[in-house]
Amino acid sequence: MAEYKVQFEVFEGPLDLLLYLIKKEEVDIYEVNLTKLATQFIEYIELMRQFDLEIAGEFLVMASTLMYIKSRELLPVDQQVQVEGEEEGEDPRWELIRQLVEYKKFKDAAARLQVLEGEQENIFPRVPGKLEFENAAPPPKPDVSIFDLLNAVSGVLQRFNKRENVGEIFEDKWTVSEKIEFVLRMIAERNTVRFAELFAGAASRTEVICTFLALLELIRLRQLVCTQSEPFAEIEISRAVAAGVPPAMEGGILSTHRSTAMEDGPPGDAPGSPASSEISVDSPPGGTPGSTAGETSAATETRQP
Amino acid sequence: MELKNILESLLFSAQKPLSTKELRDVLAAAAGAEEADAAAKSLAKAKESDLTEALEQLAREHETAARSYRLACVAGSWQFVTQPDYAPWLRALVGIKVRPSRLSQPALETLAIIAYRQPITRAEVEQIRGVNVDGTMQTLTERGLVEAVGRAEVVGRPQIYGTTAMFLEYFGLRRLEDLPAADELRRIVIEKPPGPVTAEPGLATHPPDQLVLQPAAPESGESKKSEAGGLPEPAV
Repeated sequence: MAEYKVQFEVFEGPLDLLLYLIKKEEVDIYEVNLTKLATQFIEYIELMRQFDLEIAGEFLVMASTLMYIKSRELLPVDQQVQVEGEEEGEDPRWELIRQLVEYKKFKDAAARLQVLEGEQENIFPRVPGKLEFENAAPPPKPDVSIFDLLNAVSGVLQRFNKRENVGEIFEDKWTVSEKIEFVLRMIAERNTVRFAELFAGAASRTEVICTFLALLELIRLRQLVCTQSEPFAEIEISRAVAAGVPPAMEGGILSTHRSTAMEDGPPGDAPGSPASSEISVDSPPGGTPGSTAGETSAATETRQP
Repeated sequence: MELKNILESLLFSAQKPLSTKELRDVLAAAAGAEEADAAAKSLAKAKESDLTEALEQLAREHETAARSYRLACVAGSWQFVTQPDYAPWLRALVGIKVRPSRLSQPALETLAIIAYRQPITRAEVEQIRGVNVDGTMQTLTERGLVEAVGRAEVVGRPQIYGTTAMFLEYFGLRRLEDLPAADELRRIVIEKPPGPVTAEPGLATHPPDQLVLQPAAPESGESKKSEAGGLPEPAV
């Protein structure tokens, strides 16, 4: 999504333009004449219009604030209307000056960061070559198929088979997007997480399912990879190596919500079920085309008591 | 054998920057090895604070020796880096552009606000910058410099953002406290002036019957001030 940007000379926004005008006057922010500033600001906006530049709403908001300040100045002190609910100290002039000073400080801080950035460009870390006597790296771990993942998750769900006959209805407290954050946090802390660890804190079937859907979603977004050191070993989850630029996360999360909603629909009609299409299916015993159906039927299966 | 020399040798051959915790683990592992001698065993329980002290001393020694490289601590991990003066030759050696393109002005401003005010919501950043920051926030997140660190317990539970370890690495900072002017910017205290000087000379800031039209001659600063003193100060 392209950023909507008004680039007039170098002004990033109304505050930037105001600071420029103040600098041109060579006065301190505290001593600036706001009514004069208002006139200059509006002249600039007029100029922008003449150049046929689009004026962002932020500039117009600032212009109206300045006009308000200027109009207040025109009234004698004792005739000025005290705006209802306006507390002491909420002088619009003061508010604007405060905002300008704060913005100025951060602009200066940004300049200092830029200096650091430049310095850092000239610093090269020592990168020693690999030590020769190092053991050969373990052979690349095979990818885990969707079926391995389903087996593993149904193993986790076994835990809840006995207990959920109580007949009490719980509120659904978990969402897939929350669980995505949870999984990402966990992976960020340690580089690899064992499959069972993801579900260690889960208190109910719904929570397990939400976490599992979050995992599938992250695999689809190529954020995570699942590996197994040998067949039937514990599945390990780690961050995808060349993660590149992930497809828009927001959209991804939305599509997960859709897929949770699809649990209620008839199994098998999930159109191009996104989660499964990207997972490499390399060891399904005679069931490659069924991966889509496999996933949805598993989802429905887990809803049975 | 001195601790700092052991640490120097470890950092010299390490494949990546090492934190004091990682270095301590290495010392513990060496002490646990079968052929460990008394010297190695004595360092089994070295404290992280001892390591930090030794590393800082080592860094100072390198600084005084004025070598072409120095020991640097970035984002809590120690490594040897070259001095900036030798960049032209190193660039020729490394060849490819190792660093991503520089950050734009809006990105730097947004990043500065997040760095000093974290954790902070997007709306708060926009309030300070006075413009929409959606695009820049996305750029910063994609470059791994900022990340969502949780949600604010206010209406709508908006995400709050903070800087990452990558941010410290990118700017070569040891920790957040080392940001330039950190104390000042964390909490900017802006003194309220007694009365903002805003009125143009001659404007009706007194009741009309008291208003004297000023001559066109340039205003003296004093009369400006007295006028400012009479500006609205809401009654207590």
